[in-house]
Amino acid sequence: MTGRAVLRGAKRVALYTAAAVFTVFAVFPFYWMFLTAFKQNRDLYVGATNLQHVPWIFNDPPTLDHVRLLFFGTPYLVWVKNTALVGLAVVAITLGVAVPAGYSLARLAGRWGERLGIGIFLTYLVPPTLLFIPFARVISLLGLQNKLGALVLVYPTFTIPFCTWLMMGFFRSVPRDLEEQAMIDGYSRLAVIGKVVLPLAVPGMLTVVIFAFTLVLQEFVYALTFISQVERMTLSLGVPVALVRGDVFYWGSLMAACLITSVPIAVVYSSFIDRFIAGLTAGAIKG
Amino acid sequence: MSSGPQAQVTLAPPAPVFARRTLADRESVLGPLMLAPALVYVILLVGVPFVLAILLSFSSATAGSLDFNWVGLRNFTRLLSDPQFHRSLGNTLRFMLVSQVLVMVLAVTAAHVLDAAFVGKRLVRSLLLLPWAAPVALASMAWVWIFDSTFSVVNWTLKVLGLLPGWLYWFGEPGLATVAIITVHVWRMFPFATVIVLAGMSAIPQDIREAAVVDGAGFFRRLFHVNLPMLLPVVTVAVLFGVVFTATDFSVVWLLTRGGPYNSTHVLATLAFQRGILGANLGEGAAVALFLLPVLLVAAVVMLRLARRAEVGT
Amino acid sequence: MSTLTRPPITEEPTALGYVETRGLCKHFGDVRAVDGVDLCVMEGEFVVLLGPSGCGKTTLMRMIAGLERPTAGEIYIAGERVDDDVPPRARGIAMVFQSYALYPHKTAFQNIAFPLEAAQVERSTLRRKVEWAAALFGLERLLDRHPRQLSGGERQRVALARAVVRDPRVFLLDEPLSNLDAKLRAVARFELKQLQRQLGTTTIYVTHDQVEAMGLGDRIAVMDKGKIRQIGTPRDVYDNPADTFVATFLGSPPMNLVEYDERTLVGFRPEHFLPREAFGGEADLVTYRLRVREVEYLGSDRLAYGYLEEERRSDQPVIAAVPITVTLPIAEGEAYEFAVRRRDLRFFDARTGLRKPAPS
Repeated sequence: MTGRAVLRGAKRVALYTAAAVFTVFAVFPFYWMFLTAFKQNRDLYVGATNLQHVPWIFNDPPTLDHVRLLFFGTPYLVWVKNTALVGLAVVAITLGVAVPAGYSLARLAGRWGERLGIGIFLTYLVPPTLLFIPFARVISLLGLQNKLGALVLVYPTFTIPFCTWLMMGFFRSVPRDLEEQAMIDGYSRLAVIGKVVLPLAVPGMLTVVIFAFTLVLQEFVYALTFISQVERMTLSLGVPVALVRGDVFYWGSLMAACLITSVPIAVVYSSFIDRFIAGLTAGAIKG
Repeated sequence: MSSGPQAQVTLAPPAPVFARRTLADRESVLGPLMLAPALVYVILLVGVPFVLAILLSFSSATAGSLDFNWVGLRNFTRLLSDPQFHRSLGNTLRFMLVSQVLVMVLAVTAAHVLDAAFVGKRLVRSLLLLPWAAPVALASMAWVWIFDSTFSVVNWTLKVLGLLPGWLYWFGEPGLATVAIITVHVWRMFPFATVIVLAGMSAIPQDIREAAVVDGAGFFRRLFHVNLPMLLPVVTVAVLFGVVFTATDFSVVWLLTRGGPYNSTHVLATLAFQRGILGANLGEGAAVALFLLPVLLVAAVVMLRLARRAEVGT
Repeated sequence: MSTLTRPPITEEPTALGYVETRGLCKHFGDVRAVDGVDLCVMEGEFVVLLGPSGCGKTTLMRMIAGLERPTAGEIYIAGERVDDDVPPRARGIAMVFQSYALYPHKTAFQNIAFPLEAAQVERSTLRRKVEWAAALFGLERLLDRHPRQLSGGERQRVALARAVVRDPRVFLLDEPLSNLDAKLRAVARFELKQLQRQLGTTTIYVTHDQVEAMGLGDRIAVMDKGKIRQIGTPRDVYDNPADTFVATFLGSPPMNLVEYDERTLVGFRPEHFLPREAFGGEADLVTYRLRVREVEYLGSDRLAYGYLEEERRSDQPVIAAVPITVTLPIAEGEAYEFAVRRRDLRFFDARTGLRKPAPS
C-alpha cells in the first residue's frame, strides 16, 4: 500500500521535474532577454570570469535606459512601421488570393482539387534558401532593391501556399448541406459564398491573418538579400544586423527589441497554434 | 400561397419559365477563376524562380551584370572539388540529423509529460511554444549574447558549479560552434514537435489507451507497442518539417557564426549566400543551394504519401 | 440482375405529372446510383421515395433539386423542362435536409427570412410572411434564437418554416424526421401530413422508414439499386407487392417467402399466418406445419419463428405474428398446424422475383 503511494509520489515528482526542465530550457533565453534589457550597464557587462557577480539576477536596480535608447536613439520605430506596412500588404494579398483559392479547392475543383491542393501546399516546402538567389536577380531586374515592395512581392510566395491549405481545410469543415440549402433558398454559388460560407469562415480568415503576419515578421533571408539600407529594414532584419555601434552591439537595447517584438507575437501565435498544427498535420491525424 | 385545389388550377397552365444559369452559378467557371490568382502567383513567383535557380546554376551570372553565360556543369564540378563545399554539405546533414534525433526524443518525452494531467499544464504548454513563435532572427541574437565569449552566462554557471576548468570560446572553436548551433536548432524545433506529437496523442482513442493499461502493459510497452506506432504518421510530419526547417535554415547559422570560425560551420544555405550574394557569383550560389533539393524531394514524397493515405482513409 | 419491366400493378397516371422524370440516370463511375427512373408526381400529391440506404432515392431527389447533374434523362417541373441550365435557385423548390441545414450564424427569424431576401421581397412583406410561417409552426417566441439554442424538434420546425415561407412549387424533404426521437417523430409526422394537406403543395419525401412512408404518402415509390421497383398507394404496395424485394422490404416482420414449386415462390404476411384453430370453421385455407424454434413476446403480438415441416425451402425462418387475442399456447420446439387464407397468398417467379398469378 505505502510502497505504491511512494511510487506514485515519485512519479509525480519526476513528472513535475521533467515539466520544469523543459520549461526552463524553452523560456531561459527569454528570461535572459528580459534581464539584459533592464540591467544597468555596469551590472550587465561584468565578465563571466567574475564568479562573485551573479548574472542571473538584478544586482543593481533595473533601468529603462536601454528601452529609451531603443525607441529614441535607434531606427527601431521605423522598422516597426516598415514591418507593419509590409505585413498589412502581404496579409491583404494573401487573403485576397488564398481565400478564393481555398474555396475553389475545397468545393469547386472536384477530384483534382485534392491533388492541386497538395501541390500548392508542397510549394510551401520550397524554402527561401533555394529561391533567394534567383529572386536577387528578379528583384534587381525589377529595380526593387532596397524597396519594401520587394518584400511585399516575395513574401506571399510562402504565405499563399500555406494559407490556401488552411482555408481549404476551413471551407471543408463548413457543412455542404448549408451551401446546398442556400442554393435552393434562391442564391447563386457566388452569393452563397458571400452570405453563408464567408461568415462561417471568419475564424479561419482570422487565423490566416495571424499566420501571414507572423510569417512576415519572422522572415529574415529575403530581407537580408534585398534590403541593405537601414531605414528600409524590417524588424527581424534591422534588430540583428543594424543595432550596432561600430562592431559592438547595444546588447541592452538589442535584447529589449527582441523581447518587445517576440513576446506579443509568441502570445498571439500560441493561442492560434492548434489551428496551425491542424493545418500541418491534416491527413496524419484522423479527427 | 397556393392553398387548396383552386390555386393549383391557376398555377399549372401558365408554364413557368425558369431562370437560366448565370456566371455566378457556373462552378466550372468559378472554380478555375477563383483558383487562378493563387496558381499564377505560385507559378510566377515560385515555379519560375525555381527554374531560374536551376538555369543560374549552369551559368556564370554575377550580381553586377545581367549577363547570362552558359557554362554547363562548371559550377558543379568546381564545387565538388571544393573542400569548403564538402564541409558545408556535411554540416548541413550533421546539424539536421543530430538536432532532429534530439528533437524527437525530447518532443516525445515532453509530449508524454504534458499529456499526463498536472496543474499548470496549459501554462507550460504555452511557455513551451515561445521558442517556436518568436522570430528566429531575434531569438538567435539572444543566443549569440548567451554564448558571448566574454559575458557568457553558460560559462559562468559551469564555472560556479565547478564543471569548467578552462574557458569556452563558443564561436571561436569549430566543435563548440557546432554545439551552439545545434542547441539553438533543438531549442527552436522541439516545442513545435512537442505540440504536433501532443495533437497526435490526443487523437489516439482513449479506449485503446485504457485497454492497454487494463491489459497490464507497462509504460515502455505502452510507449513502443501502442503509442509510438499510432503516433507514427504524426511523428513523421513533425520530423518532416523539422528536417525541412533545419536543413534549409539560414538565420541561425548566419547570425551565430556567419559560417565561422574559419568557415568551419557553413551550411549550404549560408555558403550559397556567401558565394552568391556577398561574393556576387550568382551561378555558383545557385549551384550550392540546389544541393538542398534532394532533401526537399524526399520530404515532398513522404508528404504526398501521407496525403494519399489520408485520402484513402477518409 | 434481372431486368424488371414496370410492374403491371402500377397506376399509370394519364395526365402530365407536376414533377416528372424520364429515363433519369446518375452514374458515379461504375456505380449506377439512379438507373433510368420514370417518376410522375401529380400536382398536390405527396409521394414518398422509400428504399434501403444506397438505393438512389436521395440522389434522385437531389437531381430534381438541381444539386446533382443527371448523367442522362429529363426532368420536368410544372410542365417545363428543367435541364442543367436551370440552377437550384430557379426551380421553385424548397428542400428540407436531414440535418435541417440551419444557418448557424443566423437567428431563427433570419433563417426563415433568408429565401425571401433572395427573392428581394419588400421589408414589410418579408416580416409578415416570416411571422405567418412561424405561426404555422408555433415558433413565434423562438424567432430571436440561434439554431444552437433550439431543441431538435424546434430546429426541424424552423427548417420547415423556411421551406414554406416562399410558396415553393414543390417540397423536397430528405428524411426530415430521422433526427427526432421516436416520440416526437409520430407527432411531427402527423403535423407534416396536416400541413401538406392544408397547403396542397406537391411534395416528394425521401425516407428509409416504412412506417413514415405508409403514414405520409399518397403514393409510395419503392426503390432499390437505382430503380423504382413499384409505385402505388401504401395499401397497394403493401398488399400487392410487385416483386419479392418490395414484398420483403415492406412490413415488419417481412413477408414470408417459401418455395412453392420449382419456378414459383409463395409469399404470405406473418400477420396472416395464424394457428389453424384461430380461423375456426373457415374454408379455403392453406395449412402448413410450423416447427417453432423461438417465440418472442412483443406485447400486442407474439412472433413465432420456425420452419415449415413440408420440406419447403426458405432462406429465412418463417415468421407468424400471432395477435395477443389468440391465446392458443405456442411452445418452442413444438410443431403446430398454421394456416393462411388462400386469398392472402402471393406468388412470385422464383428466377426474376416478379409477381405472377397463382399457378393452377
